Amino acid sequence: MAVEQSDAQLVSRCRAGDPDAWNEFVERFSRYVYAICSRGFRLAQHDAEDVFQEVFARAFERLSELRSDDAVRPWLAQLTRRLCIDRLRLNTRDAPSEADPDEQEVEDVLATLDDAMTVRAALDEVGDPCRDILDRFFCRDESYHTIGDALEIPAGTIASRISRCLEKVRTQLDGRNQGSGPS
Amino acid sequence: MNGFDEETIGRLLRLLPPAPQGWVQAAQELPAARAVLDELVARAEQDAAFRVQLQADLERAVAAAGYEPSPFVVSRLRQLLEAV
Repeated sequence: MAVEQSDAQLVSRCRAGDPDAWNEFVERFSRYVYAICSRGFRLAQHDAEDVFQEVFARAFERLSELRSDDAVRPWLAQLTRRLCIDRLRLNTRDAPSEADPDEQEVEDVLATLDDAMTVRAALDEVGDPCRDILDRFFCRDESYHTIGDALEIPAGTIASRISRCLEKVRTQLDGRNQGSGPS
Repeated sequence: MNGFDEETIGRLLRLLPPAPQGWVQAAQELPAARAVLDELVARAEQDAAFRVQLQADLERAVAAAGYEPSPFVVSRLRQLLEAV
């Protein structure tokens, strides 16, 4: 089982000026910010890129203002959300009422993405090779054949490996839930 | 958040494809870019001729000063110079 740092530990390292920590920070949250821009607000690619860079620029500059290191994920979500709305409004200056997306719809997507990040964190804890296989199959949409070639394993065994890895992630999530429940 | 089955786990994982590599790399280079920006802004505050060069052609002036005029550096510098 891989030993993954908590969000709070990672933020603390960023604050302390650890040169590797910022790279890990971006790596950990880049999918989340990207998904909020592209799925939550359906920004065009060039707008999503601008917002993505602005989110991390502001996060870098304002990480010290974060009240609780544990709250970095909702803080980033809020920051991304605000910047996406600003971008949509900028793009529809002549018809501002058309800019704001359906609030409930955005809330629903953000809640689902939050669940997705929790699953992703559990996958990181499970570590490789499961992380690599599931990431290639589900997140990068690679075929059994491509995965087999890349990882030098028979393509015919990929489906069973995926199944076993999903079970490991589920067990990891169950362990998290039990660990965070009442004692 | 309890009781995700394997199908749900797969569906949720699909929602988080990797961001484009170039975006991630640019964000990871922010600390270095930030240091460049601080130097350029400090120089612009002290050197009127350099400030004029920046106003005339930002990208060229950044490159002439020996820095890579990346899109992030150029757009951020433009914002910062408005405040100088």
